[in-house]
This record gives sequence, C-alpha cells and structure tokens, in this order.
Amino acid sequence: MPMRKIKLWQGKVETEVAILGNGPPLVFLHGPWGLRNDREFLDRLAGSHTVYAPKHPGTSDQDSEAVHQIDDWLDLVAYCGELFDRFELGKTALVGHSFGGMVACEIAAAMPERVSRLVLIDPVGLWRDDLPVKNWMILSPAELRKALFAEPAGDVAEKFFSLPGEAAARIDAQAGLVWSQACTGKFVWPIPDKGLKKRIHRIAAPTLLIWGKQDGVIAPVYADEFARRIATSHVEMIEGAGHLPHLEQAERVARLMRDFLN
Amino acid sequence: MFHLMPYRDLPADFAERYKSAYIDPVWFDVADPQKVGQYYNWTLDEFIHAARLGIDGLCTNQHHQNVYGFMANPSLMGSVLARATNGQDVAIIQLGSTLPSTSPPTRIAEEYAMLDCISGGRLVAGFPTGLPTDATISNGVVPVEQRERYREALQLVLKAWQAKEIFAWNGRHYQLPMVNLWPRPIQQPHPPIWIPGSGSATTVEFVVDRDDCFCHLSYYGAQNAYSLGDYFWDTVTKRGRDPNPFRLGFLQLIGVSETDAQAKEYAEHVEYFFHKLLRTPPHYQAIPGYQDHASLVHAMKSPLRERFDLRDLRYKDFVERGFLIAGSPATVRDRLLDGVKRLRIGHLLALLHFGSMPHELCKKNIELFCREVLPSLQPLWDDEWEDRWWPQRLRGKRPVAAAAASPALPLPAFGAG
Repeated sequence: MPMRKIKLWQGKVETEVAILGNGPPLVFLHGPWGLRNDREFLDRLAGSHTVYAPKHPGTSDQDSEAVHQIDDWLDLVAYCGELFDRFELGKTALVGHSFGGMVACEIAAAMPERVSRLVLIDPVGLWRDDLPVKNWMILSPAELRKALFAEPAGDVAEKFFSLPGEAAARIDAQAGLVWSQACTGKFVWPIPDKGLKKRIHRIAAPTLLIWGKQDGVIAPVYADEFARRIATSHVEMIEGAGHLPHLEQAERVARLMRDFLN
Repeated sequence: MFHLMPYRDLPADFAERYKSAYIDPVWFDVADPQKVGQYYNWTLDEFIHAARLGIDGLCTNQHHQNVYGFMANPSLMGSVLARATNGQDVAIIQLGSTLPSTSPPTRIAEEYAMLDCISGGRLVAGFPTGLPTDATISNGVVPVEQRERYREALQLVLKAWQAKEIFAWNGRHYQLPMVNLWPRPIQQPHPPIWIPGSGSATTVEFVVDRDDCFCHLSYYGAQNAYSLGDYFWDTVTKRGRDPNPFRLGFLQLIGVSETDAQAKEYAEHVEYFFHKLLRTPPHYQAIPGYQDHASLVHAMKSPLRERFDLRDLRYKDFVERGFLIAGSPATVRDRLLDGVKRLRIGHLLALLHFGSMPHELCKKNIELFCREVLPSLQPLWDDEWEDRWWPQRLRGKRPVAAAAASPALPLPAFGAG
C-alpha cells in the first residue's frame, strides 16, 4: 500500500498516510487495532475515491513518542483539521471505524463545513449504563475474539490475529497491535464517553451508520442512539458481522458505502 | 521486612472460581470484614514484632481491588508503625504510595513528610509507578500517561519538599497555584528514595540515572532473577555509577523453621500464595500503554523476567527452584547469602509472611529469621560500601533486638480473639 510520511503539529508528529485510488477525496480513520487489517477494504473504496488513511498519532513507524504530543480531544480534532488542510481536501467524505468513528463524529461536529458525507462503522463515543461498552483493552484473547467477530473461529478472525512467522516482523506486528491500542486508548480510557453527546447534534452531513448485528464490543442498540442524535442519518444492520463488519462482510459493506457515497 | 497483607482464608475453590486475584473476586462473595480487621491488626503486630527483634526496616505497599494484598493506603499503616516504633532504630519504608493514581500528588508529599516527622526522620520514601491493574483499572489512569504522570509527580513532590519559596506548578498533568507544603520532611533535601519495579527496562534506566535505589519486586526468588540483576548492574556500569550494592533491593520469600524437614510447615502457605494470590492474567497485567514502546519491544525480544506456569509447581519445586528459601536457619542463611552475593543485593526485602500463613507461624518465622539469620546478613557489605539510601540518623547503627532482654513479647491482641 502506497504510504506517504508527513510532518504536522509544529513538526512534532510524523504521520504515515496510505493514499490510494482516484476520484473525490475520502478519509478513512482506523479503529483501535491500527490500519494493518484494513488494507484490503481500502482497496474496495479506492475504485471510486482517492482514499486517505492516516495512522493515528504515535502509531507511525519510528514515531511512538508522538503519542505525548496530542493530549485531548481538542488537540486531536485540530490535528485532524491540519491534516485535511495539508492535503487540501476541502470538503471530504469521512469514514471512521470504532474509535475512528468517534474521531469522525467529533470532526464532523466541530467542523461540519469540512465533511460532505459521513460513514460510521460500529462507532464508539456514547454510553448507556444498562449496556456498558466492553473495554477492549482488558479482554483475554478468547474474549476479544468473541467480542470482535460474529464467527470467532472464522477465516477473517484467523487472518486478523495471524502474525508473520519471521521473528523481527512478528515482534513488529505484535508490538504494533499493542501500541496502536495504547495510543488510541489515550482518548477513551477508561470509558469511551468524552462528551460527544453534547456536540453530536452539530453533525450536518448525510450520515450512514453501519453496524454488525453480532457486535460484542458496543451493542447494536447503540445504532439507534447515534441515529436519533444525528438528524441526517440512517442505519444499515449487517448480519454475520461483529465489531468489524467491513472485514467480516466486506463486500456488502463496500457496496452499501458506494451506493451512499456516489 | 516486607508484608503484603493478603486475604489469609480464601475459599478452597477460589482458584477454580476466579482466574484472577485482581479485580474479579467480588468482595461480598469472598470476604469477611471482621476477618479483614483481624488481618490488618495481625499485619501491624507482625511488623512491630519484627522491629522489636531487630529488623532494619518495615516495608508497606499499596494495592487495590484484590485478594493478594490490600493496604489501599500504605500511609495509614506506616503512621501506626512510625508511632509504635518511636525510640527504635528501625526504618519506616513506604514502598509505597503510587504517584500517578493520587491527584494531586502533593497529597503523598504531605503524608510522607508527616511520616518522617512522626518517626523522627526514619522514613524511606518509596515511589512505585504502580501496577497497571491498580493505576489504570482501579484508579482510571490513562495507561499511556501513567509513566509521564509518575515522572511529573515525582518532580513536583521533590520540589514541594525542598522549595524555600512558594511556587506555582504548571505541569502537563498537574496545575497548582501556590505550593507551600506543610509539613516538610525532617530529612533534607529529601528522605532516601527507593523505586520498585518488576522487570521494565525503562524503570531500571530511570532509577540508575536518578541515582536512587532500585527494588526488584520479583516473587520468583533470587535464583530466577539473574537476567534482571545482570541487566541492572550492566546499566549501572554503562551509566558510570559505582557498583554500590545498596543501589539494589530484592524481595525474597523466606520461611525459617527449626530444621529443614520442619520447614514443610510453610508448604500450604506458599502454594496458597502462588496458586491463589499471585494470579494476574496478562490482559490485566499488560494493558496496552502501560509499557512505553521501547520497553514493549524490549520485553518481546528479551524478557527481563522469567515466566513460569506456577500452577504446576508444589512446595518441593518452589524450594528447589528458589522461589521460596525455606529450611533450618543454617540452610536459609547459606542460600540467602548465595543469592545476595550473586545479585549484589544491598537491601533484602524479606517477605516473612506469605499466603495463608497464620499469625503464630509468622511470628515464629520472624523470630528465627531475626535471631538466627539476620546477624550474618547485616554486615555483608559494610566494610566496603556506605548505604547512601538509608535514613541518615540510622546509618551505621544496628537495631538492638529488644527480645534479647524479654523472650516473651507482649503483643497487643486484637479484639476478643
């Protein structure tokens, strides 16, 4: 996947951005487990859009300390605005998965004029005491599998957790997976409810909510919680998918998104 | 003497019911507050007993939401001990309050200063970063911020102890408009600082750079800590520090009996400790962000801490493999000296209570250790090195065993029991 490295934030954060495809811009914000497993899905989007998929601050190669440069949600949203400016995106389609969906909501609420269309795939960011969002950073491997996938032993799950055989690459991938959760977790620990409910009404872009029916991290009922707060939204529930419907039902999710975005 | 203050009487099926000693066991399903009151009092009595028998220091610690040790605020224990041991040359070692989970951290600066004043300058100020379960789950600290909060908090505490003028603190994590701490420690510029760790390369380097005492809180025994020990002394050399053994503290489980055979009396208690109490699954212990990226990669490439499947080990294995040093005074003395010399340990943290050990057995362990073992260990490095990490007024003194004069120690009893 073609990657570009850019320096932002007074030169203190170096971000790798995957750029692929042709057409109007689309920004994809990854979830807590990094960009590693989203690549094939991005290829599907690249048919109709120029896809920009930045790595979350701190998770780019050789730049782990950047995690300490961006401290709160105001920093993160302003940083994303700077990233949009650097690529001269103007008004762009914005897609976010899980934690990335929460970031996408905050961007769309803070800068509604920058977002043409919004796609949220199993986003976090709201909280109900009767249905607590599962803390994915403190699950055992077996619990995590069950929470993420409709088919915990299926091929997609196997591929998601598979690591390279060669020692150095293996450590790199393993450390990358942990560190990506560390850097994204900074903004949601210990409860992923950081006031989005006060700001979410500002979202003005037409919004597609995609939710895996078997999501074990954040229950599908949350789709309604988002939908009733975003006036311009509609929900598509995905059968046979957990928290990662764009991986488990990639074809169907990509088609829904193409129909919505074009 | 180190003490965890564990739950001593867990249900027989505890290990089957819970995968973790931390977080998961629900208080009302497991614990009895009357018993817990008894444990706290026994723990304090055991410490005081050791002080009367001539131990050098009393070591408390902070943990939360678990059965393995729950001195939720070690300063509460330390203040009882400071008062109870006034007039004795024993150090009050708080190992200690966890800075990142206390806000503002000047609270700890105040508590420690109070302890130093109450004890007449006998405080050792321990500053653990805190276990991830304690800091991030029990106290909600953002994992990736735990370490930087810790470092900022430590700077703030040191400045608050020493500053001659009122100052404002404008940090990343803490902001205070006017800091003018009351009280300040008797020991100036500050009490000796000990920093515990359990195998993080970053912590080792940090402590050596700061010139503090590093305490390796492994529970696996000196025999299984060579890689960490070597890494520590290697770091000391590389960073141009002298090889003063008092730079290093090490925790060791110890059970002393009249004979080697008699030491089997510790069997069920050490098995209880390793099988029921020392259980923290990786997903609670290795929370993403707890280690910085460099330590994470280092730990994956070459772990500084050995890993064992404790469930398969029994008393015999724990003794043979050095997790527990148990036996007659002579056996314990010899094995301890081997480990202490091999690792160059200046401060041995003797865990003389572990697991389900009853109060009476713990008292016996303390007595045999203090009378028969301790005297051979105490002077080990004195000829060559000064303990710069010990309260000034206690340096060069050896606590006098009060027990020599009064063999039957009148200890305070708890309640009607």
